Amino acid sequence: MDQAFWSYLFVGLSFSAYIGIALWSRAGSTDEFYVAGHDVHPAVNGMATAADWMSAASFLSMAGLIAFLGYGGSVYLMGWTGGYVLLALLLAPYLREFGKFTVPDFVGDRYYSTFARIVAVICALFVSFTYIAGQMKGVGVAFSGFLGIPFEWGIIIGMVIVFFYATLGGMKGVTYTQVVQYCVMIFAYTVPAIFISFIITGNVFPQLGFISNVRGEDVAMLEKLNTTLTDLGFAEYTSTNKSMFDVFAITGALMFGTAGLPHVIIRFFTVRNARAARVSAGWALLFIALLYTTAPAIGAFARLNFISTVNEATYIEGNIDEIDYEAEAEKIREAGGTPVPHWYKDWEKTGLLSYEDKNGDGVMQYRGPNSPDGLANEVDPNRDIFVLANPQIAGLPAWVIGLVVAGGLAAALSTAAGLLMVISSAVSHDICRRTLFPQMNDKTELRVARASAAGAVVAAGLLGLFASQLGFVAQVVAFAFGLAAASLFPIIFLGIFWTRMNKEGAIAAMLTGLITTFAYIFWFKFGGGTPEQYLFGVSPEGIGFVFMFLALGVGIVTALLTSPPPQDIVELVEDIRVPGTRQPHGIADQGMEPMKDASDGPPAASAG
Amino acid sequence: MAGNKPQLTKDQAKAYWRATIRLTITLLVIWFAVSYGAGVLLRDILDKVSIGGAPLGFWFAQQGAIYVFLILIAYYCFAMTRLEKRFGLGE
Repeated sequence: MDQAFWSYLFVGLSFSAYIGIALWSRAGSTDEFYVAGHDVHPAVNGMATAADWMSAASFLSMAGLIAFLGYGGSVYLMGWTGGYVLLALLLAPYLREFGKFTVPDFVGDRYYSTFARIVAVICALFVSFTYIAGQMKGVGVAFSGFLGIPFEWGIIIGMVIVFFYATLGGMKGVTYTQVVQYCVMIFAYTVPAIFISFIITGNVFPQLGFISNVRGEDVAMLEKLNTTLTDLGFAEYTSTNKSMFDVFAITGALMFGTAGLPHVIIRFFTVRNARAARVSAGWALLFIALLYTTAPAIGAFARLNFISTVNEATYIEGNIDEIDYEAEAEKIREAGGTPVPHWYKDWEKTGLLSYEDKNGDGVMQYRGPNSPDGLANEVDPNRDIFVLANPQIAGLPAWVIGLVVAGGLAAALSTAAGLLMVISSAVSHDICRRTLFPQMNDKTELRVARASAAGAVVAAGLLGLFASQLGFVAQVVAFAFGLAAASLFPIIFLGIFWTRMNKEGAIAAMLTGLITTFAYIFWFKFGGGTPEQYLFGVSPEGIGFVFMFLALGVGIVTALLTSPPPQDIVELVEDIRVPGTRQPHGIADQGMEPMKDASDGPPAASAG
Repeated sequence: MAGNKPQLTKDQAKAYWRATIRLTITLLVIWFAVSYGAGVLLRDILDKVSIGGAPLGFWFAQQGAIYVFLILIAYYCFAMTRLEKRFGLGE
């Protein structure tokens, strides 16, 4: 059985499961479409949240980033998990108690302002579209790298699948497909990690292998990696060249950004009540931690493996499909050399690896910037290669590789679907129902929701096609975090924890965060800014953290200078702080029941 | 169902909220200490100690902080349920 067979098998099986779920979970009401009927079990929601959360960037790029950055990669590990503590303690239970469908719902009602709602919609759409471009690109990369399907067709196939379950089942369909996708991706991620950990350290748990000795040697794996790297002129793995404040700021932007991301927040609207939302955040972090504690182990193992198989290998010229690899390799072995590995030649086709024979000796020298023997680096691997090619680098069986393909696609599709829900509900619920046509009935809104989900899928696909021009997958995603941290987190947080916060303050805070962060990132990514111009030495990835404080400050000062919020709002905030006591409050809930209490649906937030 | 909502007096609601805030702040201090503290600010000091070849600060940044985050949320759920019971909230 060859690798392509296994890839097609696993991808085919997982895709049929997604379509099966789509047919089973058709949504019958807006309640089901937006929030899966408020009736998802906390553990199930935790698993769906984990899949929703862990994107193509987490699955494909993160271990590779860590492999390259070493300690510097820690910002992703702490940032993308620590945000769940903020979510569980500061946001999720209160927003669930508030009891509606979307983040702009909360902003618009809490700040009694259509303008605030619209600004929140713009933030949510901006963040989601930035994020989804990376997902679609991930789908294209996985398809083109493994199944030999062109990048564009990969994206189109991915779009068709998501289109199916997102428009039919809405949040309900998305939730249950995400559960399956989580299982696929965690299996696909940990199986190769366990194999590799066992091969290198003899310990089957990658988390423990990470801090174990190299098998058969009396030296710790990380120490060996440090020595190997410094011998080749790289910095030590456990060190970084980033300033401490920059590391601090990036970690902060990722943590607060995680807590402010609309597609993560809305997942907590699908559980029964505030207590379930807290518990669900715990489950989500547990499922996420399974992957996130494995990633640094994969990163370190992959770097070690890459160096030992590629460095000082003799290169074989020509396209792998046209040459007789085994014959050429045998010749090199007879001459006493090590041939370039087969997987290297396989991946070379995708352009994710390149080799330039600078000193003309036909041998591949992999060197860092301070190479002790003075040789120039000749090998340039793309970071995404580390998870994709890892099973082959370690010489694992072909079925494991097939599994990784299915896992990568599951990671990208699950996140894309979660984001599509934010986009479609922002259009159909926040713009159409709550702003333009308040008289719209439930049935019409459901139809509009389906249509906007369909439109969003197409828009996302087009974005993915153009995203190939925008840096590597993880970097595109890092954008969204700064904007979520600086524009959405402050007003949601103040809306819950400070009753005095008013409409004027909220609008000022949101606009401050959005404009400053956007301008800063844009200037340094596209406008020609150089690192010497960084504000306080903070890179664009971390700036959301700095401007978050600016937004908080501007919001608080503006609120204090203008009139306090109406009594209705103060009572609303007091209600959502105490679980199970939420009542409708005049202007805060105009024309809209806070929850399903009044209708014949199951009681939602009031059910203790 | 709307009639069955638990009702707290103003003072009870205030006391409940104060207790919630106290718990939240305590847990956030620990959250800060293990991530930004051990993983970033105090890394150079902690790195002098090593666990299994991993400098301790580095280990906290890549593994330890995540384990502590999990414990924090689990404890928060437990403590909040206890607090709700004390005030007669929830079932």
